[in-house]
Amino acid sequence: MTEKQQLIIDGKRVDGRRFDELRPIKIEAGVIKNAEGSAYLEWGDNKVLAAVYGPKEAMPKHVQDPNKAIIKCRYSMAPFSSKEEHGRSGPNRRAIEISKVTKEVFENVILLESFPGSEIDIFIEILQSDGGTRAAGITAAAVALASSGIPMKDVPFAVAVGKVGETLILDQNYIEDSGSDADMPIAMLPRTNEIVLMQMDGSLTKEQFASAVAMIAESGKEIGRIQREALEKKYKQVSA
Amino acid sequence: MMKISSKDYINELLAKGARESGRGLLDYRNIGIGLDRIPHAEGSAQVDIGNTRILAAVKITVGEPMLDKPDEGVLMTGAELLPLANPEYEMGPPTPEAIQFARVVDRGIRAANIIDTKSLFIEKDKVWCIFVDLYVLNYDGNLYDAGTLAATSALLSAKMPKYENEEVIREGNLARLKTNGVVTSCTFAKIGDKLLLDPDGSEEGAMSCNMTIANDEKVLRAMQKGLRGSLKPEELNSMVDTTFEKSKQLRDMIKKAVGE
Repeated sequence: MTEKQQLIIDGKRVDGRRFDELRPIKIEAGVIKNAEGSAYLEWGDNKVLAAVYGPKEAMPKHVQDPNKAIIKCRYSMAPFSSKEEHGRSGPNRRAIEISKVTKEVFENVILLESFPGSEIDIFIEILQSDGGTRAAGITAAAVALASSGIPMKDVPFAVAVGKVGETLILDQNYIEDSGSDADMPIAMLPRTNEIVLMQMDGSLTKEQFASAVAMIAESGKEIGRIQREALEKKYKQVSA
Repeated sequence: MMKISSKDYINELLAKGARESGRGLLDYRNIGIGLDRIPHAEGSAQVDIGNTRILAAVKITVGEPMLDKPDEGVLMTGAELLPLANPEYEMGPPTPEAIQFARVVDRGIRAANIIDTKSLFIEKDKVWCIFVDLYVLNYDGNLYDAGTLAATSALLSAKMPKYENEEVIREGNLARLKTNGVVTSCTFAKIGDKLLLDPDGSEEGAMSCNMTIANDEKVLRAMQKGLRGSLKPEELNSMVDTTFEKSKQLRDMIKKAVGE
């Protein structure tokens, strides 16, 4: 994307959404048989798999914490996930950073002290990407974790806000992201509105920042409902 | 020797609203900026914040553009948490901490448009590439603000080589690299329910999370939360306010150092 295309026409976004409207989100829990917990998520054109393994003995032994579990997290984009070039396989610097901040989200919500000496592995694979993949990955991994039965104090969700001109837009897709004047992904705990992941780059005034955080908190009601429905559906299947 | 005070002691002090250094909760330690430490580099700056010391060096070379931006120059920021700077730093490939550090500093500089990468185009398949390397020489907390100060100072004072007859000329009378504006960052640590500006090494050992906010005169440019703890929206708003207040002195320091 070298030329900036017009991202808002007649008050509507490129895909016809309102400024504060999420893309369609679908989540299915329990899709990977081998995993303790898993989820498949479609968020607009993003397609994401998340799986949780453990708690199990932390390896190698020197990484063990005698007081609590440690979390290992891998966010990874498939080399075929983008509409454009074939990506390189293996984690690049971007993926390493996203894995780190994602791990920190789950260190906050999982009751790590319940599993001393253990590790919990969280794997997020972006099979198809269309902007907002870290948020999609966290939202999917939260469902995977909840479905595994690992105790958590809340089920986090994540979404980004962008900016076109002076207008804030919720949940940018790839085209919007490429031309956006700001990108601020946030992960939140819906019960307390605590922020557990926060990144931003671009340009935001103080007032726009506060509005963007409020927009994200509000969207959590919808995202949280979809996460809960996925979990309920899985347990209805099990009990049927 | 690096002195690390216990979490309990830091918490005990904070309960009384005090810090080990005697600073207020929203005060910086002493900050120093020294330019041109590495004359072989096109620009360099060494920044001290208390006992934290970071060297930033800028090298400018001719190379190929990125595939997705064929008509723009390249700006790359790397960071090394050198084992000589901290007994906790280990040898080996860059850790996630080092990568995050470099990328957050990079985002601030990029988002503030300090360098206009479009102006670095030379000819087809040939552009100027600007490498900013952050070398942590001594760790005592708050790498991010020191890193952003050092990188910005090094860029603003860098000399622009010439490209004549397929050769890069780094000697002689050279103009400065073209830059726009100044970006700085303010980093906070959350310890218990307190927010502290410019945490030192002991305070970082006691914090549940940290928050870096980069801005220029007008707007927020980059933000990043680190570690396990959480922040309330009100806490973020108050840190944003403090950042707009405190950043003026940081920008002035850079301007003074580079002679603007």
